[in-house]
Amino acid sequence: MAGTKTTTGAPTEVTQKHNKGGIGESTLRPDGTLKVTGEFAYSSDMWHEDMLWGQTLRSTVAHAEIVSIDTVEALKTPGVYAVLTYDDLPAEMKNYGLEIQDTPVLAHGKVRHHGEPVALVAADHPETARRAAAKIVVEYKELPVITDEASATAPDAVLVHEGRTDEYIKHVPHPNIVHNQPIIRGNAEEAAKKADFIVKGEYTFGMQDQAFLGPESGLAVPSEDGGVELYVATQWLHSDLEQIAPVLGLPEEKVRMTLSGVGGAFGGREDISMQIHACLLALRTGKPVKIVYNRFESFFGHVHRHPAKLYYEHGATKDGKLTHMKCKIVLDGGAYASASPAVVGNASSLSVGPYVIDDVDIEAIALYSNNPPCGAMRGFGAVQACFAYEAQMDKLADKVGMDRVEFRQLNAMSQGTIMPTGQPVDSPAPVAEILRRVKARPLPPERQWESSEGADVRALPGGLSNTTHGEGVVRGVGYAVGIKNVGFSEGFDDYSTAKVRMEVINGEPVATVHTAMAEVGQGGITVHAQIARTELGVQQVTIHPADTQVGSAGSTSASRQTYVTGGAVKNSCELVREKVLEIGRRKFGSYHPAWATAELVLEGGKVLTDGGEALADLAELLEGETVEVEAEWRHRPTVAFDKKTGQGNGHVQYSFAAHRAVVEVDTELGLVKVVELATAQDVGKALNPLSVVGQIQGGTTQGLGVAVMEEIIVDPKTAKVRNPSFTDYLIPTILDTPTIPVDVLELADPNAPYGLRGMGEAPTLSSTPAVLAAIRNATGLELNRTPVRPEHLTGT
Amino acid sequence: MRVNFTVNGRQQEADDVWEGESLLYVLRERMGLPGSKNACEQGECGSCTVRLDGVPVCSCLVAAGQVEGREVVTVEGLADYAKHREDSHPGGACGSVCGGTSLQEARQWQAKGTDGQTGEGGELSQIQQAFIDAGAVQCGFCTPGLLVAADELLERNASPSDADIREALSGNLCRCTGYEKILDAVRLAAARQEETV
Repeated sequence: MAGTKTTTGAPTEVTQKHNKGGIGESTLRPDGTLKVTGEFAYSSDMWHEDMLWGQTLRSTVAHAEIVSIDTVEALKTPGVYAVLTYDDLPAEMKNYGLEIQDTPVLAHGKVRHHGEPVALVAADHPETARRAAAKIVVEYKELPVITDEASATAPDAVLVHEGRTDEYIKHVPHPNIVHNQPIIRGNAEEAAKKADFIVKGEYTFGMQDQAFLGPESGLAVPSEDGGVELYVATQWLHSDLEQIAPVLGLPEEKVRMTLSGVGGAFGGREDISMQIHACLLALRTGKPVKIVYNRFESFFGHVHRHPAKLYYEHGATKDGKLTHMKCKIVLDGGAYASASPAVVGNASSLSVGPYVIDDVDIEAIALYSNNPPCGAMRGFGAVQACFAYEAQMDKLADKVGMDRVEFRQLNAMSQGTIMPTGQPVDSPAPVAEILRRVKARPLPPERQWESSEGADVRALPGGLSNTTHGEGVVRGVGYAVGIKNVGFSEGFDDYSTAKVRMEVINGEPVATVHTAMAEVGQGGITVHAQIARTELGVQQVTIHPADTQVGSAGSTSASRQTYVTGGAVKNSCELVREKVLEIGRRKFGSYHPAWATAELVLEGGKVLTDGGEALADLAELLEGETVEVEAEWRHRPTVAFDKKTGQGNGHVQYSFAAHRAVVEVDTELGLVKVVELATAQDVGKALNPLSVVGQIQGGTTQGLGVAVMEEIIVDPKTAKVRNPSFTDYLIPTILDTPTIPVDVLELADPNAPYGLRGMGEAPTLSSTPAVLAAIRNATGLELNRTPVRPEHLTGT
Repeated sequence: MRVNFTVNGRQQEADDVWEGESLLYVLRERMGLPGSKNACEQGECGSCTVRLDGVPVCSCLVAAGQVEGREVVTVEGLADYAKHREDSHPGGACGSVCGGTSLQEARQWQAKGTDGQTGEGGELSQIQQAFIDAGAVQCGFCTPGLLVAADELLERNASPSDADIREALSGNLCRCTGYEKILDAVRLAAARQEETV
C-alpha cells in the first residue's frame, strides 16, 4: 500500500480568537491544539505522492585526502534514482557558510571532520537509499588530525584551510585560528599590584549538543520554472536562501522557502544541514525529495557548542573589591567556521561577567581543527565564560573570607557601569537584586527522601537503581549569575520585517500577521498575535505561515526575535492603525470633531478617543477596505569592536539571570541529584508570562545538562565522535530535572519595544556554574571541568 | 509481507511491508498518521510512544510484523480513546478493547478551532487540554509521546504523586520545557478528572 496522503503537509495558517490575549497576558499558543492532536506538520512529516528519499554518505575519518569515489554499484541498486558527488554540483559556487564560505556542499579533495558529507543518494525507500549509500566506495588517504590549540598552532601544523582569503585571516596570529579578539582596558598589570589576593584557574568546558528533538528534515519539490520549493525547519529562512541559491546556480526568486514545523533549535539550525542536498537531488531527479536524519546522523548534521579551555586570573583587595582580570579563552571551532567569529566576540566581551572591573586584559580565540564544527548554541560564547568567572568568584570570595553572594553583590555591575569594551550599560542591570532574590528563597527541606518508613529511593542520587539508601549522601548549595547580550552585535544590520493586514471577514475585523520569523517552539507567534490585538484592538488574529514571500525577519536566535520581529510587528501595526484612522476620518470625520482633534486608539473592535468615547466600529469603518503594510524595523545600531583593543559600543542590550542550585551527592558512587534550581531573571517586560517562565525553566535545564551529563566525546587521537546517539549522549530526563522555581523581574529597558529584554539565553548561562558550585560545596572538590562525571567525584 | 492490525479502532492492512520496517514507519509513512514522532528511532526519547494492546511502547522499536492482529492507539486517536473510556467506564480503566477514531476520521481531522483558552475548539481529551492550558507545549515534538504516556498513567492512577508522574514519564525526553510545565499539566488533568467523577 502506498502512502495515503496525496498532498504536501504544508504548514497551515493558525487563527486565534480571544477576548483577552494582549501584551502581558499568559495567552495560550495558537498552534497548541494542532500540536496535541498530532496534526501539526513538522518538517519530518512532509509528504508528497511520488517523493523519493534522500540519504547522505558521510566520511568515516576526520582528516583525509579523497583519492577516489566509486558510485557504480550504488547507481545500479534497483530503486535508486540518483547518486551525486562533488563533480555533480551545478554552479561555480560550491561552498556555503554563515560568516565564511568555507563549508563544502559535498567534500572535494579533502574531508576535514568525521561525518562530513561526501555523496548523496535518492531512492524510492529510505532503506534502499541507505543500502545504496553503503555501496559507494570512497578511498581516503588519511592526514594527521588537529585536535587542540597545541596541534593547531604548532610551527609545522597542517593547515585545516589552505589559502584562506576571508576577512579574518588578516588579523589572526596563525592560519589555524579562525578569529581572535583581544580586549584591553585600563592596565591589568598595574592594577594587580593593588590586589591582596590573586586566584588563577584553568577551566574546561565540554562540547554540548543542542539535541533538539525534531531531526533535521525537509522536502524539496522541483517547480515548473526550473526552480525549487523547499519546506524545511530552520532558524532563519532568508539566511538559508542566501546560501542555497548560489550553489544551486539559481536566482533567489527561484528558490521558494516555507518554514515547516520546527521541533526545537537552540542554535543548531542556524547552519545549513540537508537543505541544499535535498534541493540538488530534487533538481536532478525532477521529483520531490525528502530527507530526514536519524539521531545518529543528526549529531553529524549540525554544529555544536564550542568546547573551551579558559585561563583566568582575578585579584581582589582584602575588603573584597575586584582589582583586575586577565583571561584567555580558547574555543575549538572545529573544521568549519560557522558562527565562530561572532562566538569569539561574545566570549571576549562578556568574559568579565556582570561585574565592575576597570582593568582587564582579555583574549578569546577560536581554532580551526579536525574536531566536529561548532557554532551557535543557546548562550553563544557567554556560557563558557560564565562557567569560569563564576568559579573564580567563589574561589576569590573564599580567599577574602566573604560570603560568596555578598562578594558578588559588592562587585555587581549596575546601570551606568562601563563594560570592558568601554560601552556604558544604559538600562537597568539588577545583578545584586536577582542574587538577593535567589538567596532569600527558603531552602528545600533536608533529606526529603527520608521518612519514618525509610528512604524513598526514587528521590535519591541514582534513583530507582537503588544504589543508596542515604548513607554517604551530602548536600551542597551553590550560586551563580550571568550576563548575555541580546541581538546580533558588532555592527550587524539586525533588522526584521513584518507585513500586517487588517480587513473585515464575516462581519468582524481581523488582523493577519505575516513574517518570515522561524517559530521554533519559543512562542513568537503567540506574542505576535498579542501585539496585533494590543495595537489594533481586534480579537481575531491570523498568523500566516513563515516563508520567503515576505522580507527577512532575521534569525530566531540571540534572544532577539521578540525584540526585533516583535518590534517590526508593533511598528507595522502602528502604521496600519494610522491608515485605519485615515479611512475613519474620510468616512466619518464630519460626524464628530474628535476625529480631527483627539488622540485615537483602537480597542475592543472600536475606534475610541483617549477619553474612552467610541467613534466607530472597526467592522463598519473597514467594510470594503483592506489595509496592509509591510515594514522593516531596526534596533539602535552597534559598531564593530576594535581589532586590537576590543573597544566599541558593540552590543544592543544585556540580559541577566541568577541561579541557586541545591544538590545531593552520593560520594561513594559519584552520583549527583539536583534537588532544586531556583532562578531569578529580569525580562524587562513579560509579554507572555507563561512562555517566559517556560523559557527560563527550559534554559535552566540545558545548563543543568551540561553541568552533570551532556558531552559529545571526541577521540583525541582520531577526532572521531564516540557517542552520537541518545543512548550515549545523555540529556536530562524528568527524573534528572529538579523543581525550578522562577522569580521574574520586570525592569523596563527604555530603548526596547514595550521595555522588553530578550530572555531566552540568560538562564542557560548561570545554571551550569551554580550546579558546579553546589557540587563543590557538597564535596569539597575543586572540579574545574564540565560535565562532572562520577569519576571526578570519586577520584577513580 | 502483509500486516493486519487495528489503528485507533479501525482495521488496517499494510502491504509490501519490508521485514525491517518499524511500526513507527508504517504509521507515519504508510498509514498517513505522522503524529507519532521520529526523534531518535532507538527507543531512548519516547516521542513515538503509542499504545499496543493498551501498553505504552516505543513504536520505533516494534517491528511492523509484531503488530499482526493487535491494537494500536496513537496520539491521533487519543481523544476518542479517552472519550470512549469515559463513556464506558467513567473514572476507570478501559483495558485493551477500547474503540477509537476510525482511520478515515483521523485522516480527515482538521483543527477544530484553535482556542485552547476557552475550550471552544471541541474534542480534546483532558490530558491534551491540560498540556495546552499549563503551557507544557513549546516546540511540541515530544508532546504526542508524552500525551500517550501521561494518559496511560492517569488511566491506572487517577491521582499520581509527583514521584509517580516522574517515574511514568521518565522514558520521554523533552528538550524545551524543563519538565515543570509537563508536571503541571499532568497534575491539572488529574485534578480535573477528579472533579468530573
